[in-house]
Amino acid sequence: MSNRFDGKVVLITGAGSGLGQASALQVAKEGAKLSLVDLNAASLEETKSKVLEVAPNAEMLLITANVADEQAVENYVNETVEKFGKIDGFFNNAGIEGKQNLTEDFGIEEFQKVVSVNLNGVFYGMKHVLKVMREQGSGSIVNTASVGGIRGVGNQSGYAASKHGVVGLTRNSGIEYGQYGISIKAIAPGAIMTPMVEGSLKQIDPDNWEEVGKQFVQPNPMKRFGKPEEVGYLVAFLLSDQANFINATVIPIDGGQSYKY
Amino acid sequence: MGKLQDKVAVITGGASGIGAATARLFVSEGAKVVLVDLNEEKGKAFEAELKAVNAEALFIKANITSEEEVANIFKQTVETFGKVDVVFNNAGIGRVHPSHELEYSEWRNTVNVDLDGVFLVARESIREMLKTGGGTIVNTASMYGWVGSPGSAAYNAAKGGVVNLTRSLALEYAEQNIRINALCPGFIDTPIIPEESKQALAEVTPMKRLGKAEEMAKAVLFMASDDSSFMTGNSLIVDGGYTAQ
Repeated sequence: MSNRFDGKVVLITGAGSGLGQASALQVAKEGAKLSLVDLNAASLEETKSKVLEVAPNAEMLLITANVADEQAVENYVNETVEKFGKIDGFFNNAGIEGKQNLTEDFGIEEFQKVVSVNLNGVFYGMKHVLKVMREQGSGSIVNTASVGGIRGVGNQSGYAASKHGVVGLTRNSGIEYGQYGISIKAIAPGAIMTPMVEGSLKQIDPDNWEEVGKQFVQPNPMKRFGKPEEVGYLVAFLLSDQANFINATVIPIDGGQSYKY
Repeated sequence: MGKLQDKVAVITGGASGIGAATARLFVSEGAKVVLVDLNEEKGKAFEAELKAVNAEALFIKANITSEEEVANIFKQTVETFGKVDVVFNNAGIGRVHPSHELEYSEWRNTVNVDLDGVFLVARESIREMLKTGGGTIVNTASMYGWVGSPGSAAYNAAKGGVVNLTRSLALEYAEQNIRINALCPGFIDTPIIPEESKQALAEVTPMKRLGKAEEMAKAVLFMASDDSSFMTGNSLIVDGGYTAQ
């Protein structure tokens, strides 16, 4: 079971950091060919060099793209298929957090910006990848939702709305595409120490963000942050053939947080 | 290195179906397995089958509704293998019966096995794991712990109980390094489903097929192994999308 991804092609958005990068490393270790997408070209190079450390022979395609732009999404899907001929697994993961504010002060532009990446971007990705997978008659999609997609978090109108939307899309489209041998699932990460969460803590207190982090995870049943690689293990399991019958469902990975409230 | 290398795994309802498929997968991942079942003939035959391929296996006949017999499972396991790392708390029963005709004794029996029995096995598991510094438990709930269905009130009530038992125990022991999750199977191709119903149940499942016992085993392995180290309290629904409809 060590090489679940031999001969498989995995496409990952938001691959330059955090959960995307950790998942890329995990599936590459197990033999996957990778198509890595991020807005930040330098971050993709960083992921590439980390992948080569754990999987020296990994084949990789790096694509700089904004997932909120449908044409760019169509392009990254086409480029992946041109290079590798298929897409077995799609980690539809790129997302942003947005500024924190009360709902009345959140701002229309900020709301639209967050939704355009986190929800529209996920929808565009599914739209174009599902065409490919339907033709293949197989495939697995993992969308990144959040505990903020199944619970209220506060001060995050755009994030909450978009991540709840990702859960809805996952259920809707999983029902549609199960009959074609395609499964679609969402993960709901809780407090995982990614660069995005670090940024979020720095919004609260730029000077003492590590202390803020410690306080932040006190209510968590495991009393710690999850590590990106712990999410990587879950994503690898869900993208592999081991999880074909898991479909149209959302899977929390949060140290038990969402079962407490 | 298997994902459960040198781990000791207790599997209740381990002689057939999802339990047996899980035992096979656990063994292939390096675990020593304790098979618990009421069916001695099947259990012993399966123990022999696993030993024949050089797996370490032990069959224990036990009724999980008996406190003494459950305690004995863990006593024997520790005597034989020294510890308990993983428990697949899987034994259960179910029968379709219109609720207005359901005898109270049948209700009691179903809830006794499917909920009380799961609690008793979980309690003994936790007692052992507290001694060794941690472990993982996977309870078998059901998608009928999430949605209703006619004629199955006792089973569904018990399985709903298992879902929230899982959450509650997970929160209680998270700091002690004991992770507790549940498997919620949909319609699975096991002998429990009558041959004549299989086509119809596949049709109402969005994936247009039944799940396989081996697929349930893979989900159990994920939750039982270190691959799920930040997951606890979760009820993983493996139903091809049935409950999302």
